[in-house]
Amino acid sequence: MAELTFRNAVLAALAQEMERDERVVLLGEDITSGGVFKTTTGLVDRFGPDRVWDTPISEQAIVGAAMGAAMAGLRPIAEIMFSDFYAVCWDQVVNEIAKTRYMTGGQVTLPLVLRGANGFGSLGFGSQHGQSVENWAMCVPGLKIVSPASPVEMVGLLAAAIRDDDPVLVFEHKALYGGKAQVPDGEQFIPLGQARVVREGSDVTLVGLSITVGLCERAAVGLESAGISAEVIDLRTLVPLDAQAVLGSVARTGRLVVVEENPGQLGWGAAIAALAAEEAFDDLRAPVIRVSGGNVPWPVARELEAVVDVSPERVISAVQTLMKH
Amino acid sequence: MTQATADDRRTDRAGDAALYERMLFIRRFLEKVDVLYRQGQVHGPAHLGLGQEAIAVGAASVLRPEDYSIGTYRGHAHALARGAPADAVLAELLGREGGICAGKGGSMHITSVEHGYYGSYAIVGAHLPIAVGLAWASRIKKTGQVTICFFGDGAVNIGAFHEAVNLAALWSLPIVFLCENNQYMEYSAISSMIPVERPAASRASAYGLEPLVVDGNDVFAVAEMVGAAVDKARDGEGPALIEADTYRLKGHSAADAGAYRPAEEVARWRGLEPLLRQRALLLASGTDEQDLIRLESRVAITVSGLADRVLAAPAPDPATVWTDVWADGGSRWRN
Repeated sequence: MAELTFRNAVLAALAQEMERDERVVLLGEDITSGGVFKTTTGLVDRFGPDRVWDTPISEQAIVGAAMGAAMAGLRPIAEIMFSDFYAVCWDQVVNEIAKTRYMTGGQVTLPLVLRGANGFGSLGFGSQHGQSVENWAMCVPGLKIVSPASPVEMVGLLAAAIRDDDPVLVFEHKALYGGKAQVPDGEQFIPLGQARVVREGSDVTLVGLSITVGLCERAAVGLESAGISAEVIDLRTLVPLDAQAVLGSVARTGRLVVVEENPGQLGWGAAIAALAAEEAFDDLRAPVIRVSGGNVPWPVARELEAVVDVSPERVISAVQTLMKH
Repeated sequence: MTQATADDRRTDRAGDAALYERMLFIRRFLEKVDVLYRQGQVHGPAHLGLGQEAIAVGAASVLRPEDYSIGTYRGHAHALARGAPADAVLAELLGREGGICAGKGGSMHITSVEHGYYGSYAIVGAHLPIAVGLAWASRIKKTGQVTICFFGDGAVNIGAFHEAVNLAALWSLPIVFLCENNQYMEYSAISSMIPVERPAASRASAYGLEPLVVDGNDVFAVAEMVGAAVDKARDGEGPALIEADTYRLKGHSAADAGAYRPAEEVARWRGLEPLLRQRALLLASGTDEQDLIRLESRVAITVSGLADRVLAAPAPDPATVWTDVWADGGSRWRN
């Protein structure tokens, strides 16, 4: 066992897979010096300049180059420094990467990873550097979406994303980067599409992703002291989605709260709520509640952030509302 | 600016006739598509490269089979020039079983990876970064492969063009960016949309590249200039940006009559179109006209037979709509 921060878990996964497969190459802004979030520190020294490439500030070129290289048989990993920047290369992601395998009748395979910092976490990054954007990708067939919640999850899921033969977007919550946890020794690998039951419970199911998993855990502890048993599920990946894990849990608890950091207006939580409404209606004893970020562009001042950010208190309050049913 | 002209001549008569035949086949193929479009047989738009055949054929003639090429929604000629099977291309255009993209790409996305043609992309400029990635992989793997990226004059005003050419030049990648300047960005004259003289060549110096211009309706000149650029790229001397002057004989798409173009301009370019010029050159260099007539008949019969066969083919199996999203062959996104 070794204690790793979330950012060093990213580094560990990259090194593990670069060691394992020489087709894995990295490109992105400032990555030879470790990148803004220090997730690639030392990789150029260890693997050489043919494996780690610094780019200009050119997200379309970065993502497009990753796609071309993947078509040509490499397994590129492109760093998008802040996930907000997907907006400047979204054509490459949505119109090119997501669709080219399909629209060529399967002639090309695109084993690539797009990864980088994501999320709000009340860090003062504001509207253009603080968004959680997993839901942007979720409405596009052809993209896999991974958003790990802890260091051990990060190593295993990023490794699986790199080995996957399809395009995978990996979202690294920037408020988690400094958090530490024990990671087992040896090779880590967590298959995509398998949710994790973080904590078992019988009264309510709390579904989280990335930073909201820990938040759900804290809420569950608070609920326990009030005599309410909450089950916490970490979706890990939005695509492929482990819908059965959610449905199975709801069948046991009869109540569902979905906790997402992004604004609620068409967040990924809406898809989970719809899933329960369509396929678990008979199991539900109460309406589904979504705890989501506020429907505004993100503010910066701490007191304003606190109004729109999700919190354990908001989750607890939602559960208490449900328990009246 | 460096200009390659028809004065730089090759003398390989058999090879010259083969280039003519390839251009002629593509011309007849595209004309047939135009007719089929008017008969309602083409589902969706069809952007025809009528009049631009010399660029696709000239460039393909200097590539090795393992080299990459990549192009735009006006990409039928580029696929055929690399050797993509014409029946599968036509089946794709007509939405019949056996389409080269299985009915999921259509006219704008003709692709034949088997023949080194890595796709036709329909978001203007988007494939330039992708082409850079193909070339980047060749450099990393040291394979000696070269990438040719075809694009239209309209693409020079979108950001992806600049990001891609910049990165390719910065990394000294083995790639030739080949602008087909057909003088029109959709329905607007390109000259009215750029503050410089030439859409591509005038931008070359911004990336430390030589401004290269070629007569894109002269297949020899295209082959010569692109061939030299490909050789340099293969030798590790980095990318080239070539602007090939040409003209589309029809509208932006088969649905467009091109009425915004002055009649005098259309007439002038008709006199410069590549097939008539190539035919005249062949005759001037001693090719027997009877041989050309026989070749022309053979091509006409081939294209006609091709269309008959493809029109008789069934529609794709509806169940195949659910395949080819993921590498495992399926489209399942949840359990």
